[in-house]
Amino acid sequence: MIEVENLTKRYGPTLAVSGVSFQVQKGEVLGFLGPNGAGKTTTMRIITGFLSASSGRVRVAGFDVAEAPLEAKKRVGYLPENPPVYTDMTVNEYLAFVGRIKGVARTELKKRIAEVSEKCAVADVQNRQIGKLSKGYRQRVGLAQAMIHNPEVLILDEPTAGLDPKQIIETRELIKGLAGQHTVILSTHILPEVSKTCQRVVVINKGTVVAMGAPDELTARLQGYGTVLVTAEGPAPEITSKLQTVPGVTLVEQRESSGPRITLEVHTEKNHDVRAELARAVVQSGWGLFELKTSGMSLEDIFLKLTTRDLGEEAAAQKELPAGGGEAKAEN
Amino acid sequence: MRNILAVAGKELRSYFHSPIAYLVMAVYSVLCGFFFYSFTATYVVQTFRMQAMGGMGMPSMTINDYVIRPLFEGVLAIVLLLLIPLITMRLYAEEKRSGTIELLLTSPITDLQIILGKFLGALLLYGTMIVITFGYLGVLFIYGNPFAKPLIAQAVGLFLFGGALLALGMWISTFTKNQIIAAVVSFAVFLLFYVLNWVTAYSSGAVSRVLAYLSLTTHFDAFSKGVVDLKDLVYYLSVIVLGIFLTARSVEALKGRV
Ligand SMILES: Nc1ncnc2c1ncn2[C@@H]1O[C@H](COP(=O)(O)OP(=O)(O)O)[C@@H](O)[C@H]1O
Ligand SMILES: [Mg+2]
Repeated sequence: MIEVENLTKRYGPTLAVSGVSFQVQKGEVLGFLGPNGAGKTTTMRIITGFLSASSGRVRVAGFDVAEAPLEAKKRVGYLPENPPVYTDMTVNEYLAFVGRIKGVARTELKKRIAEVSEKCAVADVQNRQIGKLSKGYRQRVGLAQAMIHNPEVLILDEPTAGLDPKQIIETRELIKGLAGQHTVILSTHILPEVSKTCQRVVVINKGTVVAMGAPDELTARLQGYGTVLVTAEGPAPEITSKLQTVPGVTLVEQRESSGPRITLEVHTEKNHDVRAELARAVVQSGWGLFELKTSGMSLEDIFLKLTTRDLGEEAAAQKELPAGGGEAKAEN
Repeated sequence: MRNILAVAGKELRSYFHSPIAYLVMAVYSVLCGFFFYSFTATYVVQTFRMQAMGGMGMPSMTINDYVIRPLFEGVLAIVLLLLIPLITMRLYAEEKRSGTIELLLTSPITDLQIILGKFLGALLLYGTMIVITFGYLGVLFIYGNPFAKPLIAQAVGLFLFGGALLALGMWISTFTKNQIIAAVVSFAVFLLFYVLNWVTAYSSGAVSRVLAYLSLTTHFDAFSKGVVDLKDLVYYLSVIVLGIFLTARSVEALKGRV
């Protein structure tokens, strides 16, 4: 449904997006994940036709956004980072205006406004001036605006930014409900968001794609570098060197200590479950074992790794991705 | 066309939802009314004086020459130089500031439709101002009998003069997010255009003739005398087309850089 090919965008000397390629299937919700300044907004602006690319191309439903912009735009609904609302209009006036410029037929307009207002839960403020609405309502008006012409594709730039937790949950539910009927790209710099709303993730950093896959896949891929947290009571240096001898352990680091009790972070080799051995090693040496748990790689950890890793490692990791995605699961 | 009208309607609604439309029209009405009153009163006093003197050997004074023409020749244009920046300043600057430019430029309508819609909206507001002028002048028909024909030329001239400024002001408003900056720069540019013909007062080369030709004033003179000249029509229409073209170019550049 959406094909992005080798997209590059320069702002003068700044390279904001560099050789980004990915595809989104019909009905899929794709998470576009990256820290601030990664190039998410820039990429989305090119997909929606707001910006032109320096090179590369984007097709939406088969239409090249540079060559057939109107055809592509008809099929796209866009919610920019800041909802593009006219604060002096009421919600109804605004949706009517947007409907008209998006090409909704005059006879359909009333019905569409009612439908999207209902769906985005803004029907109760339909005659209020947008400037007087809360941030949460404005965001939902922005979403209603993006859906008014019932587009096949929805591009949502940080749709939950600036909302309170309750609104965030509501917005995520709303987006999840769009899967199937709409193809969605949703950008975020908040990790839990993608695992909660997206079927697939593209991770972008400094303008380039650093990883791609299902949220589970990404977790599994880094499972190999898993760590186990061991809390024990005893002399720290001895425990550390003892655990180091357990097969499969690559590194032991001290995390914290309170009195005689210490917590150690034990790094293990890929796909090695060493928890039983670690427990035995501690108990057999006569030290007290208080806690032992895997610090299963959350997406958060992956994200940190992905964006702090150097280029060589990234290239290697990219190749591993298909093989790494297996039965391993994150245990939070 | 439907898209153009949708945008024009939106612009008009914004004008009347903010104090700008009312402010511009009120200022215009007051100033225009004052000038009109002054010229009329002068005219009346002078006519009486002339009649007292028997009007011997003097050409007859017409309302057209002594009230309407000075109104158009001198003061209206200057009032418009001041007020039109207030109409055009928000056209693009405000969309850029509020981010609604992203909505417009990602909608399935062409840049030209957006530009023409905005221009039309501004032109309609401006049109109501001209109607005010002619409301005043209508009074003359009740108490006197001016010639109607020059008035038509004057109306056309005023409309085109304003249209040219609106198109240039719209272009200037694409460069900034700040309405005040757009207004100040527009005013400066308009004023410069207005006084370009002054160069003929101290130089007479080809350059000064070209500058004088480019001046907005030069082409307004014939209209204010009640004459529609083809070359003036062409001039104003060209400036309008140029303004729209430059706006389109500038919007293109926004897409490449913003
Ligand atoms: N209009 C602009 N002019 C110059 N540089 C820009 C502009 N917009 C964004 N950038 C730069 O491009 C990079 C990507 O920005 P952006 O796409 O907004 O990232 P994100 O949305 O992921 O936070 C950043 O380094 C940013 O500073
Ligand atoms: Mg962004």
